[in-house]
Amino acid sequence: MPPFLAMGKYAAFVWPAYGISALGILAAVVLSMRAYYRAKTRLSAAERNQK
Amino acid sequence: MFAYANPKRFMELSGRVLPWLGAATAILFVLGLYLSFTAPPDYQQGDTVRIMFIHVPAAWVAMMGYGFVALASLIGLVNRHPLADVAAKQAAPLGALFTALALITGSLWGRPMWGTYWQWDGRLTSFLLLLFLYLGYIALWNAIENEVRAAKAAAILALIGVVNLPIIEFSVQWWTTLHQGESIFRKGAPLISAVFLWPLFVMAAAYTSLFFTLLMVRMRTEILERRARAIALGANA
Repeated sequence: MPPFLAMGKYAAFVWPAYGISALGILAAVVLSMRAYYRAKTRLSAAERNQK
Repeated sequence: MFAYANPKRFMELSGRVLPWLGAATAILFVLGLYLSFTAPPDYQQGDTVRIMFIHVPAAWVAMMGYGFVALASLIGLVNRHPLADVAAKQAAPLGALFTALALITGSLWGRPMWGTYWQWDGRLTSFLLLLFLYLGYIALWNAIENEVRAAKAAAILALIGVVNLPIIEFSVQWWTTLHQGESIFRKGAPLISAVFLWPLFVMAAAYTSLFFTLLMVRMRTEILERRARAIALGANA
């Protein structure tokens, strides 16, 4: 295994820590943005119905 | 400050700030990750020191997030400010996420360094309690249908739970623990070398910037949803 990937002998701890953090952060970004655009669409629809 | 904190002005201001804050967050993450992976291995901890660059910022933001929830809850309770409840409600899930990340990454750092993933000591247990406080706060908001009553009940829980923050902070001094003592913000110089402090501070800035970017997006979402609900209710009345 290349030294960078091996992380000394701690690859089994370093990479999962970064992987889980990346996954959690990405999920938060995607879910927040999806909810935002959904809310925008819902408000536009409500405003259209109101007219 | 309160003059700028009404929903209309918040939407205008956050609409202008958000692209810049988002860009700053992305740049800080790229720089922080570069510094994290180019820092040398620690002479004792080897490459596991790289976990510190994501564990410590997550823990800092988790605690700052709870302080934010408690402060916004207090403003919501005392001043009945329309944005304060929205801010507290939307900050809590983010705080819970960073708390969970701090616990998981800490556990993955603990196994090679301490020989165990978990220890029921003061620091770890009080941090787990922080996660439960966040989850309880979120559950209260979801359990009570009336928004005003939900905000009040959740705010009281947030304010009671704030006592846990000094317990987390001083737990390493008060009790015997596997967790290392204060090594950065202490009297005298930090115990950590500058080659590790730089990536740590840049990653801390990235995590903090991410917290406020996502908080703004989530607050904007909540305001739009409330507007849509108000219109729908008006149309049905």
